[in-house]
Amino acid sequence: MNLIKKIGFFYYQGFKQMTLGRRLWIIILIKLAILFLVLRIFFFPDFLKSRFRTEKERSDYVIERLTK
Amino acid sequence: MENVDLSLVDWSRAQFALTAIYHWLFVPLTLGLSFLVAFMETLYVKTGNPEWKRITKFWMTLFGINFAIGVATGIILEFEFGTNWSNYSWFVGDIFGAPLAIEGIMAFFLESTFIAVMFFGWNKVSKKFHLLSTWLVAIGSNLSALWILVANGWMQYPAGMKFNPDTARNEMVNFWEVLFSPVAINKFLHTVSSGYVLASLFVIGISAWYLLKGREILLAKKSTLVAALFGLLSAGFVVLTGDGSARTMAKYQPMKFAAMENLYVGQQNAPLVAIGILKADEKDQVHHKQNFRFEIEIPNMLSYMAFLDPNAYVPGISDLVHGNPERGILSYAQRSELGKSSILSLAAYKKAKKEGNDSLATASLAKFEQNYPHFGYGYYQGRDVHELVPNVPMTFYSFRIMVFLGIHFGLLFLVVLYLSLKDRLEKKKFVLYTALWTIPLAYLASVVGWIVAEVGRQPWVIQDILPSIAAVSKLSPIHVQITFWMFLVLFTALLIAEVSIMVTQIKKGASEEH
Repeated sequence: MNLIKKIGFFYYQGFKQMTLGRRLWIIILIKLAILFLVLRIFFFPDFLKSRFRTEKERSDYVIERLTK
Repeated sequence: MENVDLSLVDWSRAQFALTAIYHWLFVPLTLGLSFLVAFMETLYVKTGNPEWKRITKFWMTLFGINFAIGVATGIILEFEFGTNWSNYSWFVGDIFGAPLAIEGIMAFFLESTFIAVMFFGWNKVSKKFHLLSTWLVAIGSNLSALWILVANGWMQYPAGMKFNPDTARNEMVNFWEVLFSPVAINKFLHTVSSGYVLASLFVIGISAWYLLKGREILLAKKSTLVAALFGLLSAGFVVLTGDGSARTMAKYQPMKFAAMENLYVGQQNAPLVAIGILKADEKDQVHHKQNFRFEIEIPNMLSYMAFLDPNAYVPGISDLVHGNPERGILSYAQRSELGKSSILSLAAYKKAKKEGNDSLATASLAKFEQNYPHFGYGYYQGRDVHELVPNVPMTFYSFRIMVFLGIHFGLLFLVVLYLSLKDRLEKKKFVLYTALWTIPLAYLASVVGWIVAEVGRQPWVIQDILPSIAAVSKLSPIHVQITFWMFLVLFTALLIAEVSIMVTQIKKGASEEH
């Protein structure tokens, strides 16, 4: 528990003392939000998972596409 | 596949190329700068000289900026696999899944954990533990690259797998064959060492700017010495691994090799075109043949480069397309027939299985497996087999730009190292300006290297097995176009952010800020 506290404090102190890093973290968070909350959900759904419920259906579809 | 929408394939390819190139603008600097920072910190720990600590922290800050802006840009490629290239994504199965999963775990545990110690740990952990963390970040970043490049190497030379016709997925049968395939090994070593060259040029270029401005003189001189030595050794390694890559390419991707050299007719004692200007053959509209407007050749060099034998026969584009019975080369038309037979056998196998006809299923499966090495060619039956020839001028020129820039980098490292050791670099303005303007050239060399590797293997997504026309998802081209422009805006914004933050930080110099 003591070790976890120490690690937690280490990170807390690190983030608190950041200057340039704070700006970089803001960029990282905005980027991750755009990637996962906008692009992934609205523009990049998994093609097969969003159309077929089971692995069997997906494999049958791919075989059909490949052998058409 | 006769009715495949080529604009969909082209837009999907363009989107992948765009995101891969932008992603790659961040990666090589991370790979190389992480090691340079580790070397500098090692010098600090060894000598106890606080100047090395200041130098280490300065480059570490630039590493942090590049890492922060570049992190997760590669995830977009994985999004594209699932959306735009779903047939491919399913088809590669665990061949791609395993290396990428290992990459994710390694990246998470090594980079993410120890990067915090690297940035937050100064004066909080022991010097040795901090140094260990810096090394682990460098090793972790490079190991991440290993798994990605192993996956890419497998696409260029699909070894260690077996296609399962029941699931329509390739399954790994020999992990070590995948990991240690000669293509994967050369690709990894060539790519990471080219990253070390780029990072060394980055450090030398920025140090040159400081010397030109008369600022941070000690930082610039010491950094230049470390980077020039590391860069020179790495450049030598790039040559060695590039040589290895050429040999594996000649063996496993002969069309890419012939396109890279604009070699139409195969020959023994084939010369290497050191410098050449191409001109489209106006009489030959079918084959899109390119003639040389002028060329300077090195006799026998291409044969030697390909097979370590100056007398060896190197097949040309025409031999590969039309076949060469004397050399045992099947034509693309023949391979396309065998491929079609393999595709039809797969369909027959699935039908027989469904109908419970076991003997027909077994016979169909045997026929499918017999012709599986030609599977992908089957999609070109009824199409122009010249679609199987990559863009020759793009591959030819990209290779030469890469090589000539590589020679320039090697010479620059030598000159800079010599002048640094003699402590005369400061006075050589021309060398300093050259070093500064070589930074964008390093990125150019890195990108054209990938163009040789990736455009040269077109149309194959998986060499000989799966072409892009069969790998693409059935989407609307408009959908892909929209996301293409979105990515262009997003990545350009990230690049502008990177460059502006980086330039601001460089102008500030080696402050304590991080």
